[in-house]
Amino acid sequence: MGAVIGAGAAMLQYLGNPGNMGICVACFERDIAGAVGFHRAAVVQYMRPEIIGFVLGSLAAALAFREFRPRGGSAPIVRFFLGVFAMIGALVFLGCPWRAMLRLAGGDGNAILGLIGLIAGIWIGTRFLKKGYSLGRTQKLAPGAGWVLPAVFAALFVLMLIYPRAEGAEKTGILFYSVKGPGAMYAPLAVSVIAGLVIGFIAQRSRFCTMGAFRDLILFKQVHLFSGVVALVISAGLVNLILGQFQPGFAGQPVAHTQHVWNAMGMVLAGLAFALAGGCPGRQLFLSGEGDGDAAIFVLGMIVGAAVSHNFGLASSPAGVGPHGIAAVVIGLAVCLVIGFTMKQPQTGGAR
Amino acid sequence: MSQTVDARGLSCPQPVLMALDAIKKSQETEMEVFVDTEASRENVSRAVESQGWKVESIATEGETFRLEIRKAAK
Repeated sequence: MGAVIGAGAAMLQYLGNPGNMGICVACFERDIAGAVGFHRAAVVQYMRPEIIGFVLGSLAAALAFREFRPRGGSAPIVRFFLGVFAMIGALVFLGCPWRAMLRLAGGDGNAILGLIGLIAGIWIGTRFLKKGYSLGRTQKLAPGAGWVLPAVFAALFVLMLIYPRAEGAEKTGILFYSVKGPGAMYAPLAVSVIAGLVIGFIAQRSRFCTMGAFRDLILFKQVHLFSGVVALVISAGLVNLILGQFQPGFAGQPVAHTQHVWNAMGMVLAGLAFALAGGCPGRQLFLSGEGDGDAAIFVLGMIVGAAVSHNFGLASSPAGVGPHGIAAVVIGLAVCLVIGFTMKQPQTGGAR
Repeated sequence: MSQTVDARGLSCPQPVLMALDAIKKSQETEMEVFVDTEASRENVSRAVESQGWKVESIATEGETFRLEIRKAAK
């Protein structure tokens, strides 16, 4: 599974997606937030079809294998803000865990700092889990509830077909597009959609999760999910080498900055938020496709978080962290720690 | 079957944590674990097997999976 994502991402980059960003869930959700005008950072606006494909591919797999289970109601408001702060942290580093791996596979040394931060954040999360942290049980919901997020993404895709990108235009109809910058770099639409659907389908089957990979390694010494992450890095690295996309170093890496401390701290925040929410951004998309309304809330939180990041000057750019990025990381860590310490469920129905 | 672990509605990794916790603390050699997603079913099975337990049977009751687990004979 990881190998498919890794190789697919490197191919998508070769076909036009931004550097070391063949697939980045955080970046692409940020681009979607820009495409609908939630933020107006001109360089990162594009309705990324990969993200839409992830949700709909997972939906298809869940339906085909009778695993579509509409559910929700496990502290949605908390999950929403975990999503917001996860995105803020990820955009200080400039990437989700997937992109951290892909950056590593592309030779970007800054990714090492991000991964150290990610693992540290997940480790903090595992401490809370061991102490009984819980967002509570989900409820089974009527089928319609599970269809909401897939329907939203399907609608966004229709909008994209109605209002396609026009060369040199900042806006087509109601959708915003980037004329330059990462948002103006994209693989052909059909390739992106199909890659998204395929990855969504098999990721639903394999439960691929980059946060879970490290969490299970730390908590249970289990390598099942971790092996997928290793496969991702190796396959992306190999394809990058073949396609001449491997450029080792720290400075001058595509869509990256070299402020080591904040590369790491951004991902500490993101890793902790993912661990508390129970999945990396990709996994939350796949769960949304299975009908998990709580994961869907987390996804919406991330999209709002992206808008907040760019509107308030929290997001980093290749020039470095944003003017208020550091303050946002500190606040985010404080909020996540409070959530970690306070969210506990009475042990009803547990071991008796 | 005197001990049950009800992890329905809980998301990963809580079902696994609960099952492992129960295994560690309990004197029992048999247990029932209830989960309601395929991912949890797989994760719990994998985890208890790594602890030297065996999944004897998995019954599907509506949307719930009932796992019977047993400590493997030494």
